[in-house]
Amino acid sequence: MDLKAYKGILVIGEQRQGNIQNGTFELLGKAKELAAKLDCNVSVLLIGNGLNEQHGKILAKHGADNIFMTNDHSLENYSTEPYTKTITKFINENKPEIVMISATTIGRDLAPRLSARLKTGLTADCTSLDIEENTQNLLMTRPAFGGNILATIVCPNHRPQMSTVRPGVFQKQEFDVRKPLKINCVRADITKEDLNIEILDTVYEKTEKKNIEEANILVSAGRGIGSKENITKLETLAKELGGLVSGSRAVVDAGWIDQPSQVGQTGKTVRPDVYFACGISGAIQHIAGMEESDLIIAINKNPGAPIFDNADLGIVADVNQLIPALVEELQKETHK
Amino acid sequence: MKIIVCIKQVPDTTEVRIDQKTGTLIREGVPSIINPDDKSGIEAALVLKERYGAHITLLSMGPDQAELALIEGLAMGADRAILLSDRAFAGSDTWATSIALAYAIKKIDYDVIICGRQAIDGDTAQVGPQIAEHLSLPQVSYVTSIEKEENSLKVKKVFEDFSQNIRIKMPCMITVLKEINQPRYMTVGRIFDAYKENQVERWNIQNIDMDPSLTGLKASPTQVKKIQTKGAKTAGKVFEVDAREGARLIVEKLKEKFVI
Repeated sequence: MDLKAYKGILVIGEQRQGNIQNGTFELLGKAKELAAKLDCNVSVLLIGNGLNEQHGKILAKHGADNIFMTNDHSLENYSTEPYTKTITKFINENKPEIVMISATTIGRDLAPRLSARLKTGLTADCTSLDIEENTQNLLMTRPAFGGNILATIVCPNHRPQMSTVRPGVFQKQEFDVRKPLKINCVRADITKEDLNIEILDTVYEKTEKKNIEEANILVSAGRGIGSKENITKLETLAKELGGLVSGSRAVVDAGWIDQPSQVGQTGKTVRPDVYFACGISGAIQHIAGMEESDLIIAINKNPGAPIFDNADLGIVADVNQLIPALVEELQKETHK
Repeated sequence: MKIIVCIKQVPDTTEVRIDQKTGTLIREGVPSIINPDDKSGIEAALVLKERYGAHITLLSMGPDQAELALIEGLAMGADRAILLSDRAFAGSDTWATSIALAYAIKKIDYDVIICGRQAIDGDTAQVGPQIAEHLSLPQVSYVTSIEKEENSLKVKKVFEDFSQNIRIKMPCMITVLKEINQPRYMTVGRIFDAYKENQVERWNIQNIDMDPSLTGLKASPTQVKKIQTKGAKTAGKVFEVDAREGARLIVEKLKEKFVI
């Protein structure tokens, strides 16, 4: 394989119902950083139908130098084979050295299929990406063993070097776009045989539910809060601060909060401005999902709880007494 | 219906601890289990068998000790178990693992391959879709329910904020989430039967007609460059105070950081 024939970074964009997902913007920001080290361009390939200039503009603003889009009705919604075929063809023609994909349910279905077809390596759920100085290889770091270790993976002899990154791991950036917008249309050659599954229906969950990944403040419950009823205390605090309630795996398993609000290795990765760990002991699997939070405040009865090793401020106290007291103190502040 | 369930034996990562002095993983005494998503894959196959009639083959690639995971699967009710084990596979990444499993699967008659979504030691969720690609099969991942139709399956796939009912023709590959079911326990009679000698078939690389240069460390596109244990973030201050004082300390901190 002629490694030098591969140049540039490709971000596979993700849209749902025509809305470009945050993970795509976050990848573009990171790609831009890596591109500066490699002295190359960042391209984005957005697959869908009915995509337009607005999509192009927002991709450019978040760091895409070259914009590629499909407009094909058979690609309107994600389906494994049509997307794999379209992207494989694009990669074979354009030969990017790095391909980045969001580690969503879509990306984690698509990326392994692509890597197997392209006969190249793939590193899932990376939490850090960098360029190795002398080799210019992509250094892909990811947690393994339930977040107990961090492994740095390389793909030295195959191209492209592929990685997926969970939404929320990198931060999106905005750039001044000076050059005129140019959208390159990519033709898809989807045949009947490629449509090898039949989507019977699509059911959207109620959108009222707020996404904990987008909250600035999270009040997170652990087993230490004792009962489902005590969740309301946390909700009062969250409301007071304009945040949301999330929880550890233990409280999700206990049915005290819903799975979409679970933080941790098997839940979501969050990085709010403030993370309240309320009665959370701090298993490594949980820490892996919240350690990037700007300010971590831990409240736990047990002074030996590992959560205190990861907190900026720790209070050894009964969480069910402390939270109402905190709400009162906050209300005093606002009435001052 | 003929079903293959791919399973992996994994260390129970919830039991893994870090040696605070050396910063290394303490593997001693960590129990090995059937990967939870894979165990739900076995259960899903058993439910299909009860409902529609099926023959279930379990396939695992791993060292000798992975035989225990297969025995457990047999004791749950699977019909056949194959352990794919050979030094040639050592050091395989997901690409090299999936191609070896695909070679083995080519030797088995099947309508459906069921894999767990991901293993708790690696969390990559790659091997299932990669097997499907090597075998040119259609796939649906993240499945939480399965019904059989004539020549196809009707499955429910979940995404972050929506779900789809999908019809997929057999032969096909699906990956299941552990939420799909609650795996049953082994039965005493079956445990006894499963432990009888030679219940688990042993296959090596010759049995699957595979060129050794296609698998193992050397055929793996990805390589591990460095492993480190995560150092804890510099711990902040911890106060043992009453609730009122604790609340005041938190308010102070929130002010300091301009949150309020």
